[in-house]
Amino acid sequence: MILFLCLTEPFELRASHAQAIGWATVKPFIRYILVPVLFATGGLLARQARAQDIVVGEFASLTGSEATFGVSSSNGVELAKEEINNAGGLLGGRKIKVIMEDDQSRPGQPSAAVKKLVANDKAIAIVGEIASSRSLEAAPICQNAKIPMVSPGSTNPSVTEKGDYIFRVCFIDPFQGTVMAKFALDNLHAKKIAILQDVKSDYSKGLAQFFREYFTSHGGQIVTDLSYTGGGTDKDFRAQLTKIKTGQPDAIFVPGYYTEAGLIAKQARSLGIKVPLLGGDGWDSPKLTEIGGAALDGCYFSTHFSVQDKNAKVQDFVKKYQAKFRAVPDGMAPLGYDAMMILGQAINTASSTDGTKIRDALASVKDYPGVTGNITIDEKRNAKKAAVVLEVKGSKTNFFATVPP
Amino acid sequence: MSSTEFIQQLINGLSLGAFYALIALGYTMVYGVLRFINFAHGDVFMIGAFCGYYLSPRLLPHFTGWLTPLGPVTVLILTMLICALLGITIEKLAYRPLRSRPKLTVLITAIGVSLFLEYGGQFVFGADPKSFPELMPDRALEGTGALTITTTQLAAFIVTVILLVALTLIVKRTRLGMAMRALSNNPTAAALMGINVDTVISFTFGLGSALAGAAGILFALSYPSIDPLMGLLPGIKAFVAAVLGGIGSIPGAAIGGIILGVVETFVGASAFSTYRDAIAFSLLIVILLVRPAGIFGRVQPEKV
Amino acid sequence: MNYRHIKKWLLLAAIILSGFASHFSDAINAYYLQVVIFIGINIILAVGLNLINGYTGQFSLGHAGFMAIGAYVSAYLSNEHSAGFFHALGGASFFSVAALFLGVLIAGGLAAAVAGLIVGVPSLRLKGDYLAIVTLGFGEIIRVVIQNTDAVGGPRGYGGIASYTTLFWTYSIVAITIYVVVSLIDSTYGRGFLTVRDDAVAAEAVGINPTRYKVTAFVLGAFFAGIAGGLYAHSTTYINPSGFDFQRSIEIVIMVILGGMGSTAGVTFAAILLTLLLEYLRFVSGYQWLPEIVRRIAANRVIIYSLVLIALMLLRPQGLFGWLPRRGVPVGSARVKRTKLPPHAP
Repeated sequence: MILFLCLTEPFELRASHAQAIGWATVKPFIRYILVPVLFATGGLLARQARAQDIVVGEFASLTGSEATFGVSSSNGVELAKEEINNAGGLLGGRKIKVIMEDDQSRPGQPSAAVKKLVANDKAIAIVGEIASSRSLEAAPICQNAKIPMVSPGSTNPSVTEKGDYIFRVCFIDPFQGTVMAKFALDNLHAKKIAILQDVKSDYSKGLAQFFREYFTSHGGQIVTDLSYTGGGTDKDFRAQLTKIKTGQPDAIFVPGYYTEAGLIAKQARSLGIKVPLLGGDGWDSPKLTEIGGAALDGCYFSTHFSVQDKNAKVQDFVKKYQAKFRAVPDGMAPLGYDAMMILGQAINTASSTDGTKIRDALASVKDYPGVTGNITIDEKRNAKKAAVVLEVKGSKTNFFATVPP
Repeated sequence: MSSTEFIQQLINGLSLGAFYALIALGYTMVYGVLRFINFAHGDVFMIGAFCGYYLSPRLLPHFTGWLTPLGPVTVLILTMLICALLGITIEKLAYRPLRSRPKLTVLITAIGVSLFLEYGGQFVFGADPKSFPELMPDRALEGTGALTITTTQLAAFIVTVILLVALTLIVKRTRLGMAMRALSNNPTAAALMGINVDTVISFTFGLGSALAGAAGILFALSYPSIDPLMGLLPGIKAFVAAVLGGIGSIPGAAIGGIILGVVETFVGASAFSTYRDAIAFSLLIVILLVRPAGIFGRVQPEKV
Repeated sequence: MNYRHIKKWLLLAAIILSGFASHFSDAINAYYLQVVIFIGINIILAVGLNLINGYTGQFSLGHAGFMAIGAYVSAYLSNEHSAGFFHALGGASFFSVAALFLGVLIAGGLAAAVAGLIVGVPSLRLKGDYLAIVTLGFGEIIRVVIQNTDAVGGPRGYGGIASYTTLFWTYSIVAITIYVVVSLIDSTYGRGFLTVRDDAVAAEAVGINPTRYKVTAFVLGAFFAGIAGGLYAHSTTYINPSGFDFQRSIEIVIMVILGGMGSTAGVTFAAILLTLLLEYLRFVSGYQWLPEIVRRIAANRVIIYSLVLIALMLLRPQGLFGWLPRRGVPVGSARVKRTKLPPHAP
């Protein structure tokens, strides 16, 4: 390939100037291009896993604007991998080896990263991503290569529609949006709701849409619908909140990420808005209350699990996570954990590393007792499971209710 | 829109604009003297916020009793000092060697410095947002009726005005200020008159960066979630504010910042809130096409 | 020897060769194939930007915006209108696919060229750093508008794009781009670009219209970026507005600077080098034997970008490939050398 490149290239050299292609031209070419390529190839050979290891590829946003989600979910994957390997591995003692690729929270990166995992590392399955947009980019690649892909946290419905090799272990936006709309109607007896959504996030727009559909078709009214730009871009929401205040809503639905939710709550309170704020799993992080503090008291959000859940499985996970990473797990960590665990179970069920067989095993997962609830993979390859609603009180999130699928 | 809502939005816009103005002051000063866009200015602002984040828990416990109100002031002053040093260092290492080079070379370097501070910051501080400590109680002022003004908004506004006045005095009344103006008018003539160009430029950078540091602390007080990429957008918006007011002009930067803040606030509350991000840029393009010198800027005829 | 003819023969050879290479692309590891295609796309982007930044002395920081327009327009056309097109041509044959792809690529390029015209107009009144910031602003506005356009998915991105981009398409277009730019700069008309860059007033005095040259540079550069965007969209089959942000523009600018502004050969080398380097860092960050800190820095490639940028400006403003042939005075150099232009071929 490189040979081909250097054949296309020099014509410009010759063409524009009467310069012969001598050693002076070739030397830097060797130094700058050939050597790195050789290094890369050498590195590849050195990295080749031992034959008996089962190679699982993972791609996540370890750096960039959404690094916090990628780091959490990959911590979860890491924990699950260790647990499986400590328990003796899979398929009669073969260890799992996770090869990790960082996509820097940037579109365009998953294409190269996942192709590398599939073609070079010969991964038999892929775990990733949290952000639906990056899962959407990777899904066709996995589908074409017939490599099963398990997304820990991409909640946009279109992700698994990319093909029958694409799975997820989380619930989808229509369900979550409906959960909060139901909650607002039944538990808060809200009639008027204001929506403040993140225009930069497909996740936020999706939740807002499904919330609106359910809420308005069940007698509720959306009084104000405004947006902001997430991802750390907007910090001042007083303009939108002042407008929202004039609509006198019974609650405000803020389907965004915790990075903004805390600030929004603070500014809402300072403007004299006393109604509860509602959110989705994007709120789920210990940072939420750190930033929002007392302003978040009496707010609710839906998510995948509660750290306070007395379930032994959850408590065990929280303990192990804290011991290893010295932090309270947020919502993404157990999803990464469950994704890896379900994949491990599917490999064992398939008793093979063949993509198609693992796919079939994944498709038949039923009532798997995960940290984030009992997971059943439905015919659309989505996880059917309950959501929990948490209440924020005194800088803590308390378990409030479980909403079955 | 009711009149209460209108006035409330105006207050919101003013308080947001005060931040843009404070950051724009630094831009305008550097541009006024050196005629180049210090792209990394917004990132010095970010470093200011992180200085506050790391200094506060170490310093505040020492200020007890009647000394308590002095704690935040000390943090502010120390942060301004650190940022001034950072600004001077950046200028010395990255910009000074390029002073005789084309302006674009310096702009590219400045973009490099900006990216380095942002992603180096992500490397050192971590990518996740940090919660900024409460240096002062943040609550709504009483006796304003249906309107809301918070203590941090008021503090930001007061500090902005104080710094604006102080800066004007420095530029107009001190010898260094006079040297700055001379340099801005004609660097060669200024050097011939015995002005130490390096010292004046270092001082300008130090001053501008100290302002950015102060803005960082005040911004973080109002919006207590800080992350290494937080300087990017306020930085660009402040640049727009500086151009709007007429780059190189101190009152221009203040007015430009406030106009931008108010416009953004009113658009944010309208049906066009999804386009709020693009406003600053659209405004910039319109000004540069209609009145490139800005509101307060002087049109300089091009010498051939 | 007549170099003008050699150029044409080389162009033809490159196209045939890329068609030949394309034939064997099934045998190539999918990852390497993707990287090689990315290299081609980056060469087109960098060579196009070099026309604006290097040869004409303007400064664009919004090249990713043009790329975005090309990517979205071509993807939209091929997604929404391919069925009708194939129906009219009697089914999806080899030739109808080729015609469709060429058509959507050119449509994307033209759409981007129109945007280039709109951005080029302010360049009449602005220069240097002001222009840079305005182009940055334009790039961001394009991104925000796409983000708010639900017909192409908004922030969710736009997927399901047919995978038409092959080695043949990519490298034929690379060859054509280089050919067009080199021939243009070599022509009598094209010398005008360099003249405008070196001294706009003098250019005007000898009857060269700087306005027209500046706008032409923007339109052509944007056109190539649009085509590159189309290739990109049909290679990854999924595009997202946030992939065409300021950072993407900076990546292209770095290629142009690294290659030495105003040297097509240098910029081409730089595009190859930088794309390979960034992919290579993927491996570096995986080497377990390296110290943790080295691996972490390697994973955080923007730090490396920024250091490269600063070091280059301080130490080697003429770019890494300063030894390669170039036209006139490099924008970044301190000394202004009055070199004679190479002699014309008869």
